[in-house]
Amino acid sequence: MEFKTFVFYFLAAIMVVAALRVITVRNPVHAALFLVLTFFNAGGIWLLLQAEFLAITLVMVYVGAVMVLFLFVVMMLDINLDRIREGFWSYLPVGALVGVLMLIEMVMVLGGRYFGLDAMPVPPAAQAGFSNTRELGRVLYTDYVYPFELASLVLLVAMVAAVALTLRKRRGVKYINPSDQVAVKREGRVELVKMAAEKE
Amino acid sequence: MEAMLQPVADLFGPSWPAVWTLIKIVAIVAPLMGAVAYLTLAERKVIGYMQVRIGPNRVGPKGLLQPIADGVKLLLKEIIVPSGSNKGLFILGPILAIAPALAAWSVVPFSEGLVLANVNAGLLLLLAITSMEVYGVIIAGWASNSKYPFLGSMRAAAQMVSYEVSMGFALICVLLISASLNLTDIVHSQGQGRFHDMGLSLLSWNWLPLLPMFVVYLISGIAETNRAPFDVVEGEAEVVAGHMVEYSGMTFALFFLAEYANMILVSILTSVLFLGGWLSPFGFLPDGFHWLALKTALILFVFLWARATFPRFRYDQIMRLGWKVFIPVTLIWVFVVAVWMMSPLSIWK
Repeated sequence: MEFKTFVFYFLAAIMVVAALRVITVRNPVHAALFLVLTFFNAGGIWLLLQAEFLAITLVMVYVGAVMVLFLFVVMMLDINLDRIREGFWSYLPVGALVGVLMLIEMVMVLGGRYFGLDAMPVPPAAQAGFSNTRELGRVLYTDYVYPFELASLVLLVAMVAAVALTLRKRRGVKYINPSDQVAVKREGRVELVKMAAEKE
Repeated sequence: MEAMLQPVADLFGPSWPAVWTLIKIVAIVAPLMGAVAYLTLAERKVIGYMQVRIGPNRVGPKGLLQPIADGVKLLLKEIIVPSGSNKGLFILGPILAIAPALAAWSVVPFSEGLVLANVNAGLLLLLAITSMEVYGVIIAGWASNSKYPFLGSMRAAAQMVSYEVSMGFALICVLLISASLNLTDIVHSQGQGRFHDMGLSLLSWNWLPLLPMFVVYLISGIAETNRAPFDVVEGEAEVVAGHMVEYSGMTFALFFLAEYANMILVSILTSVLFLGGWLSPFGFLPDGFHWLALKTALILFVFLWARATFPRFRYDQIMRLGWKVFIPVTLIWVFVVAVWMMSPLSIWK
């Protein structure tokens, strides 16, 4: 077995086990940490495909930012697992249906003649000096610049919506404005009063 | 070098590349640990002198063996695992703190060609690795099952995610003008230009055209490493020692090592990205690793200086500085640099 194949199976095995643990483990914080492990191994597999930009971005965005905030929330919630598990059997048919549908779709795409080795031959080996990051950037900002900008706008709208949903004006909040504090002058706070000495 | 090592390489056969890489890793980590040990002494001495004290002066000549004594003490102390804690994660916390702090050094170039892994996307890799540093703190705080550590880890999570954004934007400016993610190329791109030809390389480095970004990066670096005045994560007066409250002995020492290794990392990165790395400031002086060491030491001194000078920030003001000051400033500056590069006034042709 080639060394690269060994690395692939090593990463893939950890990834599958970790992904299974995400849904089977009882503690939500442990589940979130297993999800981090899954992302990390997915990044490793992408590295094997010489897609270093995708791999590093996956780790940076999902592991470094998204999952940190996820953990942040999960740690503060008092999640009662038994209450969540109560509905397991009633939701099972719907969940199973979705799962089976996804399985069928994946078999159709991956097993069909569109995805075989004859339809998609192995790409030629990369030349020396090939940079995955540079190539992705070139394609993204020339051929696909409009879809790319459109996607970023959709994300921006989602962000604005999230802020707008939670924004509310609260009255009676003692809010300190630091720039006001910095702008304070001596004259506004201290008054020197000259007065004649008082005699008894 | 290669020819000299050939007999040794034959001895190990096909496992030689792994052995050779291990040797190189040790050659980086061992001096790093030494630097961390003596940075703690330097910190106590510098702050001592700034406060008109002497600092540690008992162990060894002029207190020079103090870090060794501290290390031995921490090694010999018992590791106490609280009974209510989550044991596995409690041990995993310090490991996850030190691992990224050491792994990030793999792409740092020390001199011309002197780098463990000359990765094309080096800067991205660094961002990815340093973004994982927060896990050690979060896991430690949660696994301790105690109030103060939990508060500390919550603060750490919010603070580090916030300042990572402005740090990333500052780095975008650097990679825009050097047109590369490779750290060695970024250093090379600073050794050219009008001032460099005049013999004043000092002025051709990135810090001058990117002055606001240099300042933002340095301050975000202090915030990322949870150093004073941004040390609310372990603010003694508020949360005792934050995520480290329940840790003792070597587990505590690992957090300590990670913090100082990160400090040195941020300093060396600032030198590489903004201060020309190993390039000499004047044309007539030769380049070399000593310049990088000197610049790193200077920035480390700024870290200590800031700690001795400023009172601790209030938590909401840290968040304000990150989100309402740094992120707008960096966003605008990315735009300014991009326009500048495309305009006829560009100095990076």
